[in-house]
Amino acid sequence: MLYLQLFISFFKIGLFGFGGGLAILSLIQMEVEAHGWMTQQEFVDIVAVSQVTPGPFGINCATYVGYTTAGIWGSILATTAIVLPSLIIMLAICKAYFWLSNKFQGNPYYEQTLRMLRFTVIGLIVSAALMLIKPTNFIDTTSWIIFGVVALLTVLPNFISQKSKVESQKVPTGTPIKRMTEILSHPILLIILAGVAGYCIYR
Amino acid sequence: MFLPLFWTYLKIGTFTVGGGYAMLPLIQREVVDRQGWIDEKEFLNMIALAQAAPGLIAVNSAIFIGWRVGGWRGVCGAVLGAVLPSFLIILAIAMVFQDWKELPAVEAAFKGIRPAVVALIAAPQFKMAKSAIKAKGEGTKGERSLAYNLWPLALSLAAALLIWLGHVNPVWVILATIIITLIAVSIQHSAFRK
Repeated sequence: MLYLQLFISFFKIGLFGFGGGLAILSLIQMEVEAHGWMTQQEFVDIVAVSQVTPGPFGINCATYVGYTTAGIWGSILATTAIVLPSLIIMLAICKAYFWLSNKFQGNPYYEQTLRMLRFTVIGLIVSAALMLIKPTNFIDTTSWIIFGVVALLTVLPNFISQKSKVESQKVPTGTPIKRMTEILSHPILLIILAGVAGYCIYR
Repeated sequence: MFLPLFWTYLKIGTFTVGGGYAMLPLIQREVVDRQGWIDEKEFLNMIALAQAAPGLIAVNSAIFIGWRVGGWRGVCGAVLGAVLPSFLIILAIAMVFQDWKELPAVEAAFKGIRPAVVALIAAPQFKMAKSAIKAKGEGTKGERSLAYNLWPLALSLAAALLIWLGHVNPVWVILATIIITLIAVSIQHSAFRK
């Protein structure tokens, strides 16, 4: 029964996970929470692990949830289940590739639906973040300071690059400040720094 | 064609940290520049299709390229290569993580990491929203208008609130988006015809 539930849940995640990567987050969160397969804390931890290990996020989550709920066979089953919808749909797309590439380009139904899904997916990811703002993850004021610093460092390159657009006509390689903010906004570096900070503060 | 595709995707899968989007430049270098399996134009078409279809982008692209290059065997090789590194690494971590988690040092580190992860999920959406909106000098004048961009942003907000406060399953939000958009476009079209 557990195997069947795992299969159905991750098949559903694969089938409705538009946008890839983090977009799949809120779908996984909902399924995992509904079945009580993981605590909020565990979920955040596995997102953190996913960000610093190679491979697609969906596979990482499927493997982890599968293993912790039903052992090695569970992890194989969950991973297969999340890949299966892709396999069916993408093979159908491949078979119809030449027909598709003529019909769909410039089709307003297709293009507007994709455009709107992009915006929905942004909402989906934001909701995943909002659901994680809980006392188990934010234990004190320091947590909010870490949150603020990481958020700031992540969005900072967006503002810098806008300014250097004017300058870049003179200097084609981009300013050193821009490059520095880009390095500092790297998620792996930020997670490692947050881990070091946590170790120093909460030890 | 099983082995060449398997090795190529195994390499890509092992050395890309940060999910599907991080894989795309590497896939391009291996598949287009080095192996010459497909050309630039087909690669761009592939990205568009892999993003439009549901599922993981890395897996979708592996299926497309596997099929174009080597049929069924190609698909099996590419998908296995793309999935296996991340599967094995996470499996190894899952096996020890339950015990490590209890260590005071690891626990302390994760106390710092958790709020950072929430920020890393939320903050990039600013850039996503910015790139989804047509800026100055992009698209037609109609595509830059306030109404054209305000509605979809309201949709983002509505989706976030419905799931966060209403506990609506994201699946319904996605289905509703598709249905409402199709209806809206067809109404727009029939209005044009009159």
